[in-house]
Amino acid sequence: MKRTNIFLLAGCMILAGTIFSSFEDAPTQQKKPARKASTQKAVSAEVMKRGKKVYESYCLACHQADGTGVPNMNPPLAKTDWVTGNKKRLINVVLKGLDEEIEIQGEYFSNPMPAHAHLKDQEIADVLSFVRNSFGNKAGQVSLAEVKAERNRMK
Amino acid sequence: MLKVSFFVTVFSGLVAMPALAGGSGCSDTSLLATAARTLVASNAASEIKVPAGFVAGIAADGLGNARHIAAATDGILFVKLERLKNGKGIFRLEDANKDGVYENITGFGNYGGTGIAIKNGYLYASSNEAVYRYRLNEKSEVLNPEAPDLVVTGLLDKRQHESKSIALDNAGNLYVNIGAPSNACQLVDRTKGSPGQDPCPILETAGGIWRFKADGKSQSYADGTRYATGLRNVVGLDWNNEVNELFVMQHGRDQLSQLYPEMFDAQQNAETPAEEMFMVKEGADCGWPFCYYDLQQKKKLLGPEYGGDGKKVERCAGKEQPIMAFPAHMAPNALLFYTGNQFPAKYRNGAFIAFHGSWNRAPLKQEGYYVVFVPFQNGKPTGNWEVFADGFAGVEEVKSPRDAKHRPCGLAQGADGSLYVTDDVKGTVYRITYKG
Repeated sequence: MKRTNIFLLAGCMILAGTIFSSFEDAPTQQKKPARKASTQKAVSAEVMKRGKKVYESYCLACHQADGTGVPNMNPPLAKTDWVTGNKKRLINVVLKGLDEEIEIQGEYFSNPMPAHAHLKDQEIADVLSFVRNSFGNKAGQVSLAEVKAERNRMK
Repeated sequence: MLKVSFFVTVFSGLVAMPALAGGSGCSDTSLLATAARTLVASNAASEIKVPAGFVAGIAADGLGNARHIAAATDGILFVKLERLKNGKGIFRLEDANKDGVYENITGFGNYGGTGIAIKNGYLYASSNEAVYRYRLNEKSEVLNPEAPDLVVTGLLDKRQHESKSIALDNAGNLYVNIGAPSNACQLVDRTKGSPGQDPCPILETAGGIWRFKADGKSQSYADGTRYATGLRNVVGLDWNNEVNELFVMQHGRDQLSQLYPEMFDAQQNAETPAEEMFMVKEGADCGWPFCYYDLQQKKKLLGPEYGGDGKKVERCAGKEQPIMAFPAHMAPNALLFYTGNQFPAKYRNGAFIAFHGSWNRAPLKQEGYYVVFVPFQNGKPTGNWEVFADGFAGVEEVKSPRDAKHRPCGLAQGADGSLYVTDDVKGTVYRITYKG
């Protein structure tokens, strides 16, 4: 009896999820079809490999191997607009760190993220391309030029 | 967003499932009704593993981020929530028919937090910057739920290590942990290459236990005493009535291998430093941020931010030494000295510790997520620690903390000597009893 109900609910959840995500996606696609297509170019295996290496050295301890972070402490990288959304904002989180209250899926996080400006521009581009295309994420690549532009803005 | 959170709520309270059986399933109204019903307690047998003769059941479920818990002498329980649930920060739980299931649940308090305790007819509860108290009547009903006394205010809250855990002694004093908003007091927190500050300015307003008057009004730093210092973050603490002293569990520092990869590898990072248990008297200095405890060398060592190399002791020889050390990063979130008669004699005056479970052992598998027991006599451990209750995580191996379905966070001894354990993932309250 309980089992059946769980499935019933799971069905509701998936249905609700589908409705919400289609609402979110539809207007974006209609407004900016060209841009959407260009950002969805597949990230090469080479970039993913380099990005994974950077991730394991500098990010994994806090954000975990599966990108789900630590509840109430370190934010998840999986399925959040902070990662899959605006690339400039994301690049700046890596360059400047983040020490303010943010909400992701109803959760808040207490640990500060230190700045990682010591990473090379190429390393930042690689690791961000990696996290935008790992843990169930599917978003556009971050280019070296985009990282350089944000770093120049800091000077 | 709202809808998603209701779905999560529904899943956390399996007991509410029958309510949906006859319904159409997906409509908002039935979900709202179900969400409300999750606050009704559950009597499902839990999957918690306990020693032979003990039984672990579920006293209540779906309470949100249930942090610490306090038990009144008449069996009423109070649970503090880290974030508000249904607009409430404290739940009062009553088991009117005494079947172990807390069916009457009411909420009050409009602030999140961790600490909660009962002393001399008052319920004390903390936000992340203040401590409040409520007058209880003889039925443990709260007389001023919307107008508590503000006992302590203005404590440092910079989000990191923000919990203000509390304990009370028998002489009218209230002890409050003020965690350091820092890992090791580096000039730039958790940043490779940033030097440790010496002296550490954080210690003036945090990184220790402060003592206040339990019946004081609006006290802040100037009205209290820094009772013990050099404690990075204490979430679990308890007053031991056998020896009349305060005992605390420190969360040790993180990230040795990430900040000093030339000195520590991933394995060493996963195992060092120990989580320490201290008996703290007034004036104790437990060593943070300058020192950490190495479990393998059984020594307090100088931190790498202060010239340490994994061997040097230097000033750490003069710091308070732990009375017991536990594996690294397991996050002791509650400490309780058991004074009941229900459990066998070996448990009397011993310590139960709820380990919330690690995150900083990655890439190695995580540890903790259980309640341990340490036998004590006259305020000293008389044997090694042992796992008392396990299986909260609900998975064989926790690789990432989010794998854990439940995480133990609070402990209370019920009026009848039962042990209560809270979980801050789904808000389950477990009741562990001894049946013999």
